[in-house]
Amino acid sequence: MKTLNQNLTRREFLRGIGRYSLLGLLGWLGLTLGRGLRRGKGTEYVWQIDPEKCTQCGRCATACVLSPSAVKCVHAYVVCGYCNLCGGYHQPNTKTPDTAAENQLCPTAALRRRFIEEPYYQYDVDEALCIGCAKCVKGCGSFGNGSLFLQVRHDRCANCNECAIAAQCPGEAFARVRRSRPYRLRGGVA
Amino acid sequence: MGLFLYLFCLSGLVQGAEPPSRFPKPEFETGYVQPLTQCPAPRAAYLEWVDVGVLAGALALTAWLAIRKRSRRGILAMTVFSILYFGFFRRGCICPVGSIQNVAASLSSTSFLLPWTVVLLFLLPLVFALFFGRVFCAAVCPLGAIQDVMIRRPVRLPRVVSGALGLIPYLALGLAILYAVTGAGFVVCRHDPFVGFFRLGGTVTMLVSGAVFLLLGIFVARPYCRFLCPYSVLLNWAARFAARPVTITPDECVNCRLCEASCPFDCILPTTPDRPPETRPVARRRLGWAVALVPAAVMLGAVAGFAMHTVFAAGHPVVRLAGRIALEERLQMREYTLESEAFRGTGQPLAQLDAEARAILARFRIGSTVMGGVLGLVVGGQLVGLALWSRRKTYEIDNGNCLSCGRCFEYCPVGRPGGKGAGQDHGN
Repeated sequence: MKTLNQNLTRREFLRGIGRYSLLGLLGWLGLTLGRGLRRGKGTEYVWQIDPEKCTQCGRCATACVLSPSAVKCVHAYVVCGYCNLCGGYHQPNTKTPDTAAENQLCPTAALRRRFIEEPYYQYDVDEALCIGCAKCVKGCGSFGNGSLFLQVRHDRCANCNECAIAAQCPGEAFARVRRSRPYRLRGGVA
Repeated sequence: MGLFLYLFCLSGLVQGAEPPSRFPKPEFETGYVQPLTQCPAPRAAYLEWVDVGVLAGALALTAWLAIRKRSRRGILAMTVFSILYFGFFRRGCICPVGSIQNVAASLSSTSFLLPWTVVLLFLLPLVFALFFGRVFCAAVCPLGAIQDVMIRRPVRLPRVVSGALGLIPYLALGLAILYAVTGAGFVVCRHDPFVGFFRLGGTVTMLVSGAVFLLLGIFVARPYCRFLCPYSVLLNWAARFAARPVTITPDECVNCRLCEASCPFDCILPTTPDRPPETRPVARRRLGWAVALVPAAVMLGAVAGFAMHTVFAAGHPVVRLAGRIALEERLQMREYTLESEAFRGTGQPLAQLDAEARAILARFRIGSTVMGGVLGLVVGGQLVGLALWSRRKTYEIDNGNCLSCGRCFEYCPVGRPGGKGAGQDHGN
C-alpha cells in the first residue's frame, strides 16, 4: 500500500507540473494575443463587401450558407441619376423603358421603380425578394452611376467564422471590417 | 430622352469611364425628398460578451454536474441546452473549435482582426480542461452535443483502429493551422459537417457529410469528436493534466467490472495482470526500439511533409490563381475562369502575382515540413506509449480521451444511495 501511495504522489506531482506549465503556456498565449489586441486589433468584426473590388460574378447569390443569401443589392440614392432608362433596371435591349416584365433585368423583380417627376424615377430594392445575383449591379455599373451595389446585410448575416462567399469570391472583395463601420457604401453614407 | 441617355452611357462604356456620376444628380422641382439608404446594424457587440459569459457559465455548470453532482441527467440537459443555444440559436459561429484558426491567423498576421471574445472562446475550454477534464466536450460544444444524442448502439473499436484513427485529429489540427497562417482560409469551418443543420441549410456536401457522421454516430460514438476534431488534440493534452477530472466511482474502486462496457468511447482502462506479459529484458529491448524509432519517424514525417507541400499549397487561392494564369498564358487560352478574369480586371502585373504565389509556396514548404515532423513525433510517441507497460489495479479513466459525459456514473454501485461513500468524489 505504501509503494502505491508513493507512486500516486509522484504521478500527481508530475501532473501538477504539467498542468501549471500548460496553464503558463496558455497565459503566455493570452498575453501575446492581448498585446496584439491592444494595438487596435481587439475589435469585433463583421463581413463586408468592397463595392470597388466586386466583379458581379453572381456567386453571392449561391455561395452563402443562408438561402436566400444575406448579400443584397443596396441603392445609394445620393449617387443615383434617377434615369428613365436604367441600366440596372432594364434589359440592355429594351425598346421602351417601362415596367413590363420582359424589360426588367432583375430575375425576381426585386428592383422597383416609382415616378417622381418628368423624367425622373426613384428605384428601390425589395430585400425580401433580392437574391444578391448582382445582375442589376453589373447593369448600373456599366451604363449608369453605379448607385446599385452589393452589401452584406447585417440583419440577415450569420457572421460565420469563415464566410462561405468570401471563400469563393474571385475578386477578394470580402473582408472583415470593424463592427463600428459595418457598411461600405458608395456616395459616403454611413 | 431615355434612349438618348442610354446611348450616352454606352459611349461612356466605350471610353471605359468609371462610376460615379455619368449622370448628374437631378434637380427636383416637386420638393422630392431623397430617402436615406437603410443600413440595419449588426448584432450588438455586448451580445458577443454575453455569449462568452454563457460559455463560461455552461462550462462551470457542466463541471459541477460532472464532478460534484455526478449527474448524467444534468449533463444531458446541458447537452440539449447547448444544441439549442450554441447550435440553433447562435447558428454555430463562432465556436472554440474554429477559433484555433483565428488565433493562428492572428499570430501570423498583424492585420488580422481578432476580438477579445474570440481569444476567451479559445482559452476558456482549455483552462477548464486543465482543472476538470474535457467538460467542454461533455455538454457544451454543440458539435459534440448533436452527436452525443445520436449514440444508440455503440460498438467497441479494436485498439489498433481507434489508435490509428486517433491520429487524424493531429493532422486536422496541423492543416487548420497551416492554412490559417498562410492565409488560405479556415478549413475546419469549411468542412464543419454539422453547422449546416444548425443553420437549416447549407451545401450538399456539408449536409451529406453531416448526415453520414450522425448516422455513423449511432454505432461509432461521436466519430467527429474522436477521429477528426482538431480542438480535441489540445483538450486531450490539457485534460491529461487535469487536477480534478471525472471519476467512475465516487469512492474506491471495488473492481466489480460493472462499468467496463458503459463507456461508448472506450475510455475506461481495465485492470491489468499483476505481472507484465514479458520479461524485463524483452520489455526493455522493445522500449529501446520504440525510442530509437522516434527520430526516424520525425525524419520520415518531415520528408513526407516536404513532399506534400505543393499539394497542400494548391488549396491556397493565390497559388491556384497563379497556376491558372500561367496555364492561360502558356496555352494562349481565351476562356477565363471567374478568378482569372477578376485578376485581369485589376490590371495587376503577372509578375507580382507570381512573386506572391512563390512567397506563399515558401511558407507552405516550411509549414508543411514542420507539420510532417510533428506528426512523425506524435506517431513515435504513440509507439513509445505502446511499448510501455504499467500496472493498473483498478478501473481507471483515460483522462485525455474521456469526454466527461458521465455515462459510467450510473454503472458504479459504490456510492449509491445508502451505499458506501455517497456524495464524495475522491479516489482515482
